[in-house]
Formats: sequence, structure tokens, C-alpha cells
Amino acid sequence: MLNEQKVIIFQLKEEEYAIPVHEVKSIERMQPITRIPRTNSFIKGVINLRGVVTPIIDLRSRFDIEEAAYTESTRIIIVTAGSIDAGLIVDAANDVMDIDAESIEPPPEVVGGVDAEYLQGVAKIEKRLLILLNLTKVLNPEKITVLQPLESGK
Amino acid sequence: MEMTQYFDIFIEESKEHLTAINQQVLLLEKSPEELSIVNEIFRSAHTLKGMSATMGYEDLASLTHCMENVLDSIRNKKISVTTQLLDVLFASLDHLEAMVVEISEGGSGKRDVSKTVRDLEVLEKGQQSMPVSQIDNEPVNSAQTFDQYEKEIILQSKEQGFHAYELSINLRKDCILKAARVYMVFEVIEQIGEIIKAVPAVDMLEAEQFDSDFKLSVLTQESGEEVKQRILKVSEVDKVVVSEIYPGMLNDSVHSESEHPAEKVSNSSETKKENSSAHSTGSTVSGKTIRVNIDRLDQLMNLFEELVIDRGRLEEISKMLKSPELNETVERMNRVSGDLQNIILTMRMVPIEQVFNRFPRMVRGLAKDLAKNVNLEILGAETELDRTVIDEIGDPLVHLLRNSIDHGIEKPAARIAAGKNETGTIYLRAYHSGNHVFIEIEDDGAGINRQRVVDKALENGIITKEMSENLSDKQCFELLFASGFSTAEVISDISGRGVGLDVVKNKIESLGGLITVDSTRGFGTIFSIQLPLTLSIMSAMLVEVQNEKYAIPLSSIIETAIIRKDEILSVHNQKVMDFRGRVVPLVFMKEIFEVPPLIEASEHVPVVVVRKGDKMAALVVDSFIGQQEIVLKSLGQYLSSVFAISGATILGDGQVALILDCNALIK
Repeated sequence: MLNEQKVIIFQLKEEEYAIPVHEVKSIERMQPITRIPRTNSFIKGVINLRGVVTPIIDLRSRFDIEEAAYTESTRIIIVTAGSIDAGLIVDAANDVMDIDAESIEPPPEVVGGVDAEYLQGVAKIEKRLLILLNLTKVLNPEKITVLQPLESGK
Repeated sequence: MEMTQYFDIFIEESKEHLTAINQQVLLLEKSPEELSIVNEIFRSAHTLKGMSATMGYEDLASLTHCMENVLDSIRNKKISVTTQLLDVLFASLDHLEAMVVEISEGGSGKRDVSKTVRDLEVLEKGQQSMPVSQIDNEPVNSAQTFDQYEKEIILQSKEQGFHAYELSINLRKDCILKAARVYMVFEVIEQIGEIIKAVPAVDMLEAEQFDSDFKLSVLTQESGEEVKQRILKVSEVDKVVVSEIYPGMLNDSVHSESEHPAEKVSNSSETKKENSSAHSTGSTVSGKTIRVNIDRLDQLMNLFEELVIDRGRLEEISKMLKSPELNETVERMNRVSGDLQNIILTMRMVPIEQVFNRFPRMVRGLAKDLAKNVNLEILGAETELDRTVIDEIGDPLVHLLRNSIDHGIEKPAARIAAGKNETGTIYLRAYHSGNHVFIEIEDDGAGINRQRVVDKALENGIITKEMSENLSDKQCFELLFASGFSTAEVISDISGRGVGLDVVKNKIESLGGLITVDSTRGFGTIFSIQLPLTLSIMSAMLVEVQNEKYAIPLSSIIETAIIRKDEILSVHNQKVMDFRGRVVPLVFMKEIFEVPPLIEASEHVPVVVVRKGDKMAALVVDSFIGQQEIVLKSLGQYLSSVFAISGATILGDGQVALILDCNALIK
């Protein structure tokens, strides 16, 4: 019982993913997002989160899963990793759970279409399969390729 | 004692004292006879010594102590102020500064200063044999004599309600750490007054070169009894004899120790209150200030920004509701928050003096190294700028000044040959104008050699032959800021290396400023820098591109216009328009920003003409919303380098609008 970890569970397509509670700042409903031109397509833009301009990432598109229309249950999970704060758009976020560290196994090569690079491990709890995300990798800014400026207005 | 809590204060104050000493030493160079300046330096040095000794930085304290001895000799007229002496003083200041910097970075403040200390000692002793009163050598037990200067101080402070006491302090015979006790006694006295003289001299006391008693002359507003009691609190002090020094006694060189009547003490202690504000030797009157951590000011600023956003929201609501009462309240709130904004902004303002202060030293040193005579005139040092700008502006200015001294001002011989004063002058000016601060660096040197600039630019492939033929003077001087450019014949380590001016230009532009240069051959060069007053709140024009809102900083807008579609011309596949006789390229925002098309373009096209230096472009938008004060927010670390976007702001309706970086749009 010593090595328990509290996690937030969210859905993406048919899979369930988990992020440690201490990396989650809040969970928000969908709200208008200001698009940022000429950035990667998974960066949906920025929102005003109580006075702080926060970037929003569509997690489906980040993991190359086909995008889906946003619904009533769509949520933005505001996470923090190192010095970076960002919001992740997920299909639904509805559960908090304790996971025993011993039940976490190293991830297989590809889980639900997500590259193992972004995963911390997989936890089997009863009949559920939880995929633990490695946020630092997911939020790695080096992965953002900003498009080069167009030839414009000489 | 727990020292960490005093650490920040120690660092801050040490820096202040060092700056003060620096300034005063420079003044002293100009008027070496002025004893009040020496006094001022002495006071700062002395405080610094006390502070560093208390904090346990011994090297710092001992070097300051040596400096103090020299200063003491100066004010006792034992030695006179010479260039050599000033150089040594400056060298010690450099050491002190380095030590303080090291301490502030968590170091121990240790530093090998033995050479400077030796120099100081030589100075102090070297000229000591001059036939001036040999105070230090008088037998310890005789009553103190005062030289002219000390008499003066005693008389002056008497007039201002201070008492002058002669204290004769006996330490216990078995006292082991005599120097420590002496130090503690000094500390105690300095809390309530000032020590003007010690017999034996301070250094001898500190070296424990005395028997068990010593005498001090002290200026204080406290009564003799109070002084006595305070000193007796220091352990191992055996006996304290207090006697007041009367002006009359000062005229005679020798006088006997006399216990003065007790009522005299109480009498004068009443009168002291009236004059308590006057300090005997303070020459600069400082306003009442408190120190506030910059973080707290930043927090205040953040909160205020939130308020500005809500104010915008309120304005919108009141426009919608059209209730006169609400309107009135909102307007009132606008005015109040406007005032509040001014106050908060000015709170963050610091005089540019902070940056300018270090220049006289630097100029002096550089001019010496280059064997040139340079006089630096500083004007408008009290001009205030936002703290964030101040922190950034130092390096560019250093660079420009170095540039002026190295390339601008000629050698004395060349100046005389040109019929100019042998000493070159550099004016460093700062002033406010509108929402901007201007800083100018002007020298009366040789000016820019146009031909050399052009040749160099050709050589480095910055311009082509054809371009070089019809360059205006201005365009030519602009070349100085091109990267990979250096006209110095010999690359010196002072300026040159060709990385200089373009870095300066980039820095200033990143601060939202502009830099221009103008020059007259043979008469000098002037660099002008224009800087915004603050970086966090700015005026911007809000525009709409399709249904996305963008803010364009007003500082880069020349004009807005609405043109008809048929006014758009095409040159080499580039859409352009005619703007007051100039051909200006059009930048279609919706294409550059890949905005999803929603609205069909109408017959009339709104454009915003923006500039970057001399270049212009017309940004094609879909509609203008209006002008607004916006609060600049960063996009955060995750989105640190987005093309043509310098940040974001939150609009009155809570939505985020992006701020355009026009510099990136114009090439």
C-alpha cells in the first residue's frame, strides 16, 4: 500500500489514460480557443485561463488519432510539467483512482496507436487497462516545428 | 546572530555605498581640494567596512579599512590627492565591487587584494613624513588635540545641537580580544553618533597596539550618561570617563580632562530635540523611501492588469446596457484606474541614473587606455524608465559609449590639428517626450567617414556596387548597424570585432525601441535611441481578419486607410499600393496567417500601414475595431517562438487576441 499513486483518468477514443494528480492543475469545459497561426495542427491555440494565456493541445491530434467533433463531455485538462503549463483536449475526464505502483508494467511498443515514447507504463486494474502518460515527453517543445516564414511583403 | 535575513540588505546597501564612493571619487578628481568630498567618501567607506565586518566578510572589511586610512590621511592633510592616489582608489573600488558581486552570487567574498593593500599602505605612509602635526605619535595619555578640520566639525555640530564628548575607555586588564571589544565599542557609539577621532589611531586599536585604555572623540545627540551606559554594556569594559568638549577648549591645543556638571548634560539634551533632523555632515537630503521587493511590484502590476481587463469588460457591458448611471460610474472608474495605472507605472520607474552612474568611471578608464582626453557630460540622469527597460539598456549604452570613445573622439594631436579643443566631449542625454524616452550619445569627434563605410560595406558584401552609388547619407550610416560590419582599422578589444552595432540595434528593437545615427564629417556623431516608457501596457489597434482579432502595436503603425480594390497594383507578382507617393507592398493577413475564409472581401479594403525603420508595409485586414490599451502577456514557454506573434492580450470579453510583431512581417 506504500507505493500508491493517485491519478486522473481520461478517455481518448476507446482507451483510458492516466495522469498523476499532482501534474493536473484543473479540468475545464470546452471554451472558445484563439487559434495561433502557423503552428503545428495539434496546437489548437490559446485560452484565457483566469488571466493566464494558456496553450491548448488536442491530444487526439497529438497522437495522430483521427480528430473527433467536440461534445458535451469533451474536457480540457490543464497540466503542468516542469516550467510548462498547457491544456490537453480529451474526450472525457471522469475518474480519479489509486494505482499500486506494482501493477504498472512497462509499455508495449504501441498502445492504442500511441507511440511508447510518450508512455510511462500500463496498469492493469481489475479489467481496466490504464495507460500512463509521460507528460514531459508529450509537452516537449522541441516537437513543435514552427513553420518557416513565408516569402512575404518585401 | 542570524545573518541571512540581512544578506539582501547588505548586498543592496553595499552596492549603493560603492556607487556613492565611485561618484564622489570622480568628483574629488575634479576638485581635489574639497575636503567635504573626502568626508563623504570616508563616511560611505566606513559604513561599508562596518557592515562587511558584521557580516563576516573580512577581506572586504580589511580592504575598506586600508582605504579609510588613506582617506583619513587626506582629510588630515597629511597627504594630498594625486592621480596616482585616485588610480589606487579606483583599483580598490574595482576589487570591492568584484567582492560584493561574488558575495551576492553566493561566494565568500575572498579575493587577493594584497597588491592594492600594499599600494594603499605606501600611499598612506609614503607622504606621512610631511611636516604636519604628528597626532598619532603623541603619548596615549595626554589629552586629545584636534586639527583644524576636526575643530570645524565639532564647532558645526555643536551649533546643530550635537554634543562632543571625549571618552576615555578602560578595558579590563585580563581582556583577551581587545580589538573585538574596541570594535564593539565603536559599533555601540556608531548607533548613536559618530566617532571623529581615536587615540591611538583606529588601525593601532584594531591591531591591539595599545595597553588597556583608549580615547575617542564622539559626536552624538545623546547625553553623556547615556553614552556611558551604552558603552558599559559591552563586556570587559572596565571604566568609561565621559567629558564634554567645549568650543572654547578647542582653541587651546592642550587642555585638562574635566568632569562637567551633570545638569549641563540634561540641559543640552532638551535642546537636542529641536535639531534632531539636522545632521552635522549629511550633504545630500534624501526623500523618504522604503525598499519594496520587485516581485511584489510585479504582483501588483499583474493584479492591476487583471483590473484593466475587467475594466474593459465593464465598458462593454455599459455600452450594451446604455444606462446613464452605470455609464457615469464606469467612466469614473476609468479615470481612477487611469490614475492608478500611472502611479503603478511610475512606481516601477527608476531614474536612468542607475545605469549612467557607472559610465564616468568607464569613460575615464577607457580614455586613459586609449591615450585620449575625453570629458563625459551627462544630462537628464533623473529621467525615469521602467525597471524592465533599465535592466536591459545598460549593455547597449556601454557599447555605444565605447564606440564613441574608440572611433569617434580623435587623439589629442589630431584634435589640435583639426582646430578643436584637445579634450573631446561626449554628451550622454536622456529625456522624455510623449510616451517615449530618448537617449542620445553625441560626440564631437571625427564623424563617420562615409567613403570608408561604403568601401567596407562593399568589401563585406553587405551592399552591391550599384546600390553604393545612390545611397543617401542616412542609408549609408544605417550600414553601420548591418551585421558583419566594422570600420575600425585596428580591431581593438574596446569596440570592433564587427559584432557590435547590429547587436545593439537588435537589443533596442527587442525592447520596442529605435536607434538612429547621424553624423557630420569632422564635427561628430550622434546616436539617438528611442525607447517605450514601459513594456507591459501599450496602446494597440485592434483589427479583425475574417473573424479573428489581432492587436497591432500603435508604435509601429503609421496610418490606417481604406482603399478600393482597383487601387491595388501588381509589380513583379507582388501586390502593392500607392501610399502618399511611395510604393508600399501589401501583406494579406489572411494568407500569411492561413485564416479559414468565412467572409467575402468587399469592394473596399482596410489596410494598416506599418513600418520597421524606414521600410513600410500595408497589412490588409477585414475590419478595424479600434484603439485600446492592452496588457502584454506572453504565450508561455510552450509557444516561445511563433512566427510574427509577439504575445497575447486578453480583451474585454475575456477572449485572447494575439499581438502582431510587425518587424517579422516586414523584410
